[in-house]
Amino acid sequence: MGYQAHFRVWRGDADAGELRDYQVEVNEGEVVLDVIHRLQATQCPDLAVRWNCKAGKCGSCSAEINGRPRLMCMTRMSVFTEDETVTVTPMRSFPVVRDLVTDVSYNYEKAREIPSFRPPAGLAPGEYRMRQVDVNRSQEFRKCIECFLCQNTCHVIRDHDDNKLSFSGPRYLMRIAELEMHPLDSHGDTGGDRRELAQAEHGLGFCNITKCCTEVCPEHIKITDNALIPLKERVVDRRYDPLFGLFRRRGDRT
Amino acid sequence: MTEIERHAVDVVVIGAGGAGLRAAIEARARGMRTAVVCKSLFGKAHTVMAEGGIAAAMGNVNPHDNWQVHFRDTMRGGKFLNNWRMAELHAQEAPDRVWELETYGALFDRTEDGRISQRNFGGHEYPRLAHVGDRTGLELIRSLQQQVVALQQADFREFGDYEAGLRVFAECTVTDVLLDGGRVAGAFGYWRESGRFVLFEAPAVVLATGGIGKSFKVTSNSWEYTGDGHALALRSGARLINMEFVQFHPTGMVWPPSVKGILVTESVRGDGGVLRNAEGRRFMFDYIPEVFKEKYADNEAEADRWYTDPDHNRRPPELLPRDEVARAINAEVKAGRGSPHGGVFLDVSSRLPAAEIIRRLPSMHHQFRELADVDITREPMEVGPTCHYVMGGVEVDPDTAGSRVPGLFAAGEVAGGMHGSNRLGGNSLSDLLVFGRRAGLGAAAYVTSLGQDKPVVAMADVDQARQRALAPFGGSPADGPPENPYTLHVELQQVMNDLVGIIRRSDEMELAVKKLDELKRRARNVVVEGHRQYNPGWHLALDLGNMLLVSECVARAALERTESRGGHTRDDFPQMDPEWRRALLACELARGPAGAEAEVRVSRHVQPPLRPDLLALFDLAELQKYFLDDELTDHPRWQLRERA
Repeated sequence: MGYQAHFRVWRGDADAGELRDYQVEVNEGEVVLDVIHRLQATQCPDLAVRWNCKAGKCGSCSAEINGRPRLMCMTRMSVFTEDETVTVTPMRSFPVVRDLVTDVSYNYEKAREIPSFRPPAGLAPGEYRMRQVDVNRSQEFRKCIECFLCQNTCHVIRDHDDNKLSFSGPRYLMRIAELEMHPLDSHGDTGGDRRELAQAEHGLGFCNITKCCTEVCPEHIKITDNALIPLKERVVDRRYDPLFGLFRRRGDRT
Repeated sequence: MTEIERHAVDVVVIGAGGAGLRAAIEARARGMRTAVVCKSLFGKAHTVMAEGGIAAAMGNVNPHDNWQVHFRDTMRGGKFLNNWRMAELHAQEAPDRVWELETYGALFDRTEDGRISQRNFGGHEYPRLAHVGDRTGLELIRSLQQQVVALQQADFREFGDYEAGLRVFAECTVTDVLLDGGRVAGAFGYWRESGRFVLFEAPAVVLATGGIGKSFKVTSNSWEYTGDGHALALRSGARLINMEFVQFHPTGMVWPPSVKGILVTESVRGDGGVLRNAEGRRFMFDYIPEVFKEKYADNEAEADRWYTDPDHNRRPPELLPRDEVARAINAEVKAGRGSPHGGVFLDVSSRLPAAEIIRRLPSMHHQFRELADVDITREPMEVGPTCHYVMGGVEVDPDTAGSRVPGLFAAGEVAGGMHGSNRLGGNSLSDLLVFGRRAGLGAAAYVTSLGQDKPVVAMADVDQARQRALAPFGGSPADGPPENPYTLHVELQQVMNDLVGIIRRSDEMELAVKKLDELKRRARNVVVEGHRQYNPGWHLALDLGNMLLVSECVARAALERTESRGGHTRDDFPQMDPEWRRALLACELARGPAGAEAEVRVSRHVQPPLRPDLLALFDLAELQKYFLDDELTDHPRWQLRERA
């Protein structure tokens, strides 16, 4: 049942690093994270890796496996042939801390720049009424486990570090869409405009809907189709609506 | 000594799961400068693993529900060993805590009329669990995380600094709580990323570190669950109660081996899933205990009718409290009627249309397809018991969540008492919110009461904490060969699983205590390789000490309690004993003779008696199954009974 697999794992830190070769046992039913843990327990106890739930729910163990952004806990060893080399490297879009661990603080900074949900005025806790069909859309986006694989894969920042300043990435543009589609968010009632914010502050215009984010999402959220494109359409509706243009200049919201 | 990074705050919350974040939000709202310290990234806490829902008697689906019914269910589930005041506060306040989440932006599944939908769950009389599909824990953690961000944004607008009032120290581990004359003065820890030490100077510490499941081999818990808060409390002088009660969730995955223990949500059964043995029999009908006979159907026809007509039929026995179901599965497997990989079958495929299964149980569908090649809409799952939750924890005052150590608070899984001998599903998320908030309030009130009389951290204690943390780098040990932390951890898990597991016996537990002693000795010889920067071997070496200490509490308390109740089942004492119902076992660290290491002592205490008006919520006949006669004289029916 078990066999010896050839693994190449990136070892190093912010200054330097290299791919190192390991022969390691693999058993039936195992995932890549199991094999990384076996390496830790038997060959390199200081191999750094982030993980928590090992069930695809926490989004901690993101890495690139044979070049593809994936969760290590949800990548079955059975997708590789026994003689195939499995190469595990840290997410490329974020600075390396050590081995497979990267500095993902960019994401937390972007999260802080999005105005939070604003509760509706005049409704006490317990009085919220929303229909299931109206919460479905935002609920899909709230399935996000914040693994940051979509952020990692998005070519706007993957090969252009300088874009990080003006582009918040699919995860956080989707967060804006989620709030925009929340039936009871009252951000707009107080003069806020999430659509405008997505365009002007968070770089929605950078996205040219190549759907790479959707492809790597382990939760199978249709980020591009259901969040980013509708958000773009809403922005366009606003910008090219002459009547709205008038209101916008007055700082009002239709 | 060298300089150390210092942060002076009012309240340090250790742990950023549901309880920790709710405590931090409350402390911040009361004007406290608050630090949240957590071992993982912000938003990754174990709470995300909770699937089924939050129990709260909102009565949205069945209007008969109210806090008294919830209180009754909770006490029954815990076999009346619960701290009644905690169970009362919990049942009363849970609805407000759920509604509050909506003001943070949470989006629960809805009823037809637009309220929060509620689902059935084991041990709950009415549909009571607010939920989002089967990813309720994620919704809870994300809502709290986003509320923390909202508070930080408010601080940014006011002070120009997001972290002026509330700062999250992610990937930072606390190794010591520091005291000054028996009162909390601060906390000492290290950044996982750099290995550098950090000192928090704070008069109040809220422990919200979760559970201890990583001491067991088959567990649904993540690596973080190493009993840190339990151990910190013990070493600070607080007491742990109910440590013998460990919940084995009846349905964990059993195959493939690498995912053994991963949780299969109770919602599968709440939504109609049934348990069958290898012979295809719905065996739970054979395991309805005497005390639950009136509430559970004894035939399939009635059980199946209950899903559509709960008012006129009794519940299916698959929805008995978790301890009952786990024991039943264990017995079926032992009797040779198990599934091919040593579990039983959990089948929802023959009970609901495929589309409905995917809608209601999307994570389960995904998890089995990805990890086990099983399509749960077409075939049954194989499941078996997995270590899931520890009922035992820090003994606290129910109203303030304060321990007996001034300035030390505890909330959530790390606190003891609320769930008695067995926790009902869904009562954990509500526990986190109710007592997380109360711990935040309690800590804020305590800090305010101190005025200028603040405890001070002694630098000698900081030096000692630093030495303790660096010990594993010490090179070759004095007495014996160098030990590998991973190896010791595996051995510990095996000992707890085999000898202090779901079914216990005195000779096995005595052996466990001996083996734990030996492991403790060997753990002093742990040597780690490499340097301090993000070194998981070192992190495990430090967590190992906590796991060993807490495991010893579990084993010693379990040995002491000579009855079976809830999450403590003894082969040699299979009956529940009313004498033991009013007994609490408390663990504390006692100093041995000079020079010797402190050791765990177990002592027996009397459970506070139930308040008469709460006693009156139950039928006298039911209480007589659990209580001694002299405890029931305050029941309004007691006199009538004697006359009859």
